[in-house]
Amino acid sequence: MTASFLLQPSLILIAGGIFLPFLPMRARNFALLTLPLLALYFIWQLPDGISLKAKFAGYELAITKADALSRLFATIFAIMAFAGAMFALNQERTAELAAAFIYAGSAIGVTFAGDLITVFVFWELMAIGSTLVLVSAGRGAYGSALRYAAIHFFGGVLLMAGIAGEIAATGSIAFNKMALDSFPRVLILAGFLLNAGAPPLSAWLPDAYPESSWSGMVFLSAFTTKTAVYVLLRGFPGTELLIYVGLFMVFYGIIYAILENDMRRILAYSIVNQVGFMVTGIGIGSEIALNGAAAHAFTHIIYKALLLMSAGSVLYMTGKRKCTDLGGLFRTMPLTAICGIIGALSISSFPLTSGFVSKSMISDGAASAQLAFVWFMLAAASAGVFLHAGIKFPWFVFFQKDSGLRPSEPPLNMKLAMIFFAFLCIAIGIWPEPLYALLPFKVNYVPYTASHVVFYLQLLLFSGLAFFLMLGWLKRTMTITLDTDWFWRGGGRRFMKRLDIAAGDAWNRLEKWSRDRARDFARLLRTHHGPAGLLSRSTPTGAMAFWTTVMLAAYLILSQF
Amino acid sequence: MNSIWPQLPALQIVIPLLGAVLVAFLRRGSLAFLVTLAVSWLMPFISAALLWQTMTTGPISYHLGGWPPPIGIEYRIDVLGGFVLLLVSGVSAFMIPFARQSVEREIHPSKHAWFYCMYLLCFTGLLGITVTGDAFNAFVFLEISSLATYTMIALGHDRRALLAAFQYLIIGTIGATFYVIGVGFLYLITGTLNLADLATRLIPAAVENPPAVYAALAFITVGISLKLALFPLHTWLPNAYAYAPSFVTVFLSATATKVAIYLLVRYFFSVFGVAIDFRALPVTEIMIALSLAAMFIASIVAVYETNVKRMLAYSSVAQIGYITLGIGLANQAGLTGGLTHLFNHAIMKAALFLAIGAVVYRIGSCKLDDLSGIGRKMPFTMIAFAIAGFGLIGTPGTAGFISKWYLALGALDHGWWFLVALIVVSSMIAVVYVGRVLEVVWFRPTGPNLKDAKDPPFLMMMPIIAFAVATVYFGFDTRLTAGISETVAKTLIGGMR
Repeated sequence: MTASFLLQPSLILIAGGIFLPFLPMRARNFALLTLPLLALYFIWQLPDGISLKAKFAGYELAITKADALSRLFATIFAIMAFAGAMFALNQERTAELAAAFIYAGSAIGVTFAGDLITVFVFWELMAIGSTLVLVSAGRGAYGSALRYAAIHFFGGVLLMAGIAGEIAATGSIAFNKMALDSFPRVLILAGFLLNAGAPPLSAWLPDAYPESSWSGMVFLSAFTTKTAVYVLLRGFPGTELLIYVGLFMVFYGIIYAILENDMRRILAYSIVNQVGFMVTGIGIGSEIALNGAAAHAFTHIIYKALLLMSAGSVLYMTGKRKCTDLGGLFRTMPLTAICGIIGALSISSFPLTSGFVSKSMISDGAASAQLAFVWFMLAAASAGVFLHAGIKFPWFVFFQKDSGLRPSEPPLNMKLAMIFFAFLCIAIGIWPEPLYALLPFKVNYVPYTASHVVFYLQLLLFSGLAFFLMLGWLKRTMTITLDTDWFWRGGGRRFMKRLDIAAGDAWNRLEKWSRDRARDFARLLRTHHGPAGLLSRSTPTGAMAFWTTVMLAAYLILSQF
Repeated sequence: MNSIWPQLPALQIVIPLLGAVLVAFLRRGSLAFLVTLAVSWLMPFISAALLWQTMTTGPISYHLGGWPPPIGIEYRIDVLGGFVLLLVSGVSAFMIPFARQSVEREIHPSKHAWFYCMYLLCFTGLLGITVTGDAFNAFVFLEISSLATYTMIALGHDRRALLAAFQYLIIGTIGATFYVIGVGFLYLITGTLNLADLATRLIPAAVENPPAVYAALAFITVGISLKLALFPLHTWLPNAYAYAPSFVTVFLSATATKVAIYLLVRYFFSVFGVAIDFRALPVTEIMIALSLAAMFIASIVAVYETNVKRMLAYSSVAQIGYITLGIGLANQAGLTGGLTHLFNHAIMKAALFLAIGAVVYRIGSCKLDDLSGIGRKMPFTMIAFAIAGFGLIGTPGTAGFISKWYLALGALDHGWWFLVALIVVSSMIAVVYVGRVLEVVWFRPTGPNLKDAKDPPFLMMMPIIAFAVATVYFGFDTRLTAGISETVAKTLIGGMR
C-alpha cells in the first residue's frame, strides 16, 4: 500500500467527493468536471491483472484487478460521472454532489475489486454514498432514504454472511465465477440481486429514486443496478435461475410503468425493466448473451441518464413531476424534448440508436441458445418497453394536452450534458464497432441485417399504433400504484401499531425503569467523575504522595507472598 | 562519514545538549528558535541511522570515554531503543515548526530563549534515558528532563501553571527518589549499575536474597509509574498538561510519558524479567488492574471535563492504561500492542493537542463552551482533530485500531475474553468524550467570540495536518509500528525466564 495507492482510480472520485464541500463554488465546478476525466485516464492506464495488493487479516487482497469487463464498466461509470456532474453544475447542495462522487467512485471500486472482501467494502461504501445522495434531496426524501438504507444494509448483511461462509468453505477470497451449489453462494447471489432490483424487493427502486433531487436521480439510476449487473456477470454467468428472475423484472417494470402517473417513477420502473433484460442475458450465459448484457448495461446507462436528464430538466424548470400536471412542453423546451425523444427511442431499441445494437444481442443470444420461450418473451417485452417508456414518457410530458406551463429551456450546462448523451446514443447506434471492441468476448455480430431491422420496426410501429388506439385507457389519473413496498410502508406500520398497543404498556414500564436506573447511574458517575468529583479534583500534593506510598506498600507486601 | 558513524550514539545526546548551551548564550528568541529547529531536524536522521543499524547488525554498544563496561558508562541501543529514539526525535521534528508562533503568543518575550534552552535540555534528557545502558546514568537523564519539564510548565500563561509545576516537582522528585532507591538496592545486591550486567548478576542474587530484589523491583516500578502517570499516580498530569504552554503539552504528551514507559519496559523485560520468574509475581496483575482502572475511570472523567486540554489530559491517562495493559499482559501480542500504542498514541495525541494549541492561539481559550461551531471557522484544524479523535477511539482505518487489535489478541492469548470486552467498552467511552467535542465544534451555531477565528498560520497548520495524516497512514502501513514492535516483543519475551 505505498506508491501505488492512487492506482485504484476509484479513489480519485472518492477523495474528490470528500473534499468537494470545502471548495469554493468555482473550484468545485472545476473539480466536478475534471475529476471524472482524470479517473477515466487512470482507468485506461491500468494494466491487465492485479496491480495493487494489500494484506488484511491474513488474506491477500487484490484491491485493483483489471480486465476487459471491469474496464468496460469503469469506463461508462466515469463517463456517467462526468456527464452527470456537468448536468448538476447548478445544484447548490454540494453535499449531494460529494455523495454522488463517493457513490460513483465506489462503483468503480467494485469493478476493479479482485476479491470478495474488497467488493464488499466498496459495495457498502456505495450504499452509504447513494443513501446520502437521497438524504441530501431534503426533508421530503427522508422516509424513502431510510427505507432505502434499511433495505440496502439488509442486502449488505446477506452479502457479508455469504462472503464469510464462502471464505470459510473454500478458504479463498478470490472473486471468480461461482456455481450456485452452496448456501453461502445463494446468499451472495441474493445480496447481488437485491441491488439489481430483483423480486421480491424490487420496489425499493421506484420507492426511493423518484424522491431524489432533479440531479440526484441521474446519478442514482446509473450505478447501483449496473454494479449489480457487473458482479452478476463476473460471479454468476449462465445461472439458469437468472433467466426467470430477469424475465419477471422485465414484465414487472413494464406493467407498473404503464400504470404509473409520476414521470420519474415511470422511468424508475423502466430501470427495473431494462436491468431485467441484462439479468436474462446473464442467465442465458452464452458469449453473445453475456456480451449483450454488458453492452446493454453500457448503452442503458447513457440513454436512461439522458431520459432522466430530460425529466430532471422539466422538474428543475417547472417543479412538477406528475403526467397529469404536465404536457405540451414541446413548444418552449424543444431541445429537452428532442433529447428526451432520442433517449426514448434508444430505450425502445429503435434502429440507429444505441439500444438497438445492444438489446438485439441479448435476443439473439436467446435465439442461438434455442430458448424459444425466452425469445418470445423478450420480443413481447420490447414492444412493451416502447409502450411504457418510448412513447408514454415523451407523449405525456411534451405533447398530449396543453398544460399551460411555459417553462424555458434549462441552463446551458444541462443542455450540453443532454446533447452529449444524445450524441452518444446515436453515435453508438450508427457505429457500434468501438463499443463492441470493449466487450469481454470477441464480437462477430452484425446488428443491421434486413430481417433485424424490419422485425424491430414492425414491432415498434404496431405497439405505437396500439398506444394511440388505447390512449383512452392509458390516460393517467391521479392515482398511486400499489406495490410490494406496501408491506414495509403501510402494512408494517399497521402491524407495528397492533404490536405497539399490545407491548406498549410493558415497554413503557421497562423504559421508565431503565431511564431511572440510567439516571441514577449517571448521577453516581458524575458525583465521582464530574468536575468536582473525587476522581477529577486537583488533589493536594500530600494526597498524591500518600497514594504513592500506598502503591509502594502494596507492591512490597504483595511481592513477599 | 565513516568516522562519524560509530560516534552516532554520543552525538544523539551531545548535539541537543550543546544546542541548549548555545541557545542559552544567544539570548535572542528568534535565533534560539532557529538553533532549536536545526537540532530538532537533525536528530531524526541520527535516530533513523541508529535504528537501521540495530535492525541490520544487532544492538550497538558505545563505551563513553573509551571505558569498557561495567566500569564505564555504556550507551546501549537495541531495536526497542532505536524505535523509541526515532519516535521521540521524529515527533519532535514534526511538531517544532508549531513552536515559534505558539510560544510567541503564550510566553513573555524575555523568556523565549530560556524556553528553547529548557526544551532542548528536556529533549536531551529523554533521548539520554533511551540511549543509556546504565541505571544511574538513566537517573541523571531523568532528572535533567524532569527539571527542564518543571520549568517549562511553570512558564505557562495561566497562574495555576505555577501550582501545577510545583506539584509535579514534588511528585516527580518523589518518583525519582524511589527510582534511585531501587537502583541503590540493586547496586547493593549486585555491585554493578550496568543494566546488562545487572541482569546476569541478579540471577544468583535473586536466589540468595529475594526480598531485596523484590524491594528494588517495587521501588523502581512505583518510581517510574509516577513519571508515566499510571493510575492512581496520575494526579499531577491533568493540571500540568492543562496549564502548561500549548507546545509543552504537545511535547510532553507525545514524548515524556513514552520515554518513562520505555524505561519501565526496559526494567521489566531486560533486567528483572531475565533474572527472576517475573510472571509469577503479582506485578503483572497489579499492572493490568491499574491499567483497567485508568482506561475506565480516566475516560469517564474525560467525559465530564469542560476544559478540552484537561479532557485530553485525562484521555492520555486512559490511553497510557492501554499501553501498560500491553506490558502487564506480558505476552507476544500484548506487548506488541502496548509498544504499537506507545507510538500511535504519541502521534494521535500530538495531533489533538496541536489542534487545541491552534485554537488557543486563535481564540485564547480551550473551554468547551467557547468552541461551539468553531469547526466552520477553523475547518482544517478541526478535521485533523476529528481524524485523530477517531484514532483515539480506535476506528478501523486509523492507527488506534491497530494497537487495540494487538492488545485484544494479547488478551485472547491468555484466554481472557472479558478483557477483550473491556477494551471494546472502554473505547466506547472514548466515543462519548471525542463525540462530545465534535458535536460542539461542528453542529452548534458559531459563537460570537469566534468572529475572527480562522485556521492557524501555515507553519502551525502543517504539523497538525502531518500528524492527522500519520494517524490514517499508520492505520494501513504497520511496518514501522506493529512490525518493529513485533520484533522487539519477540526478543523481549523470548529473553524472559
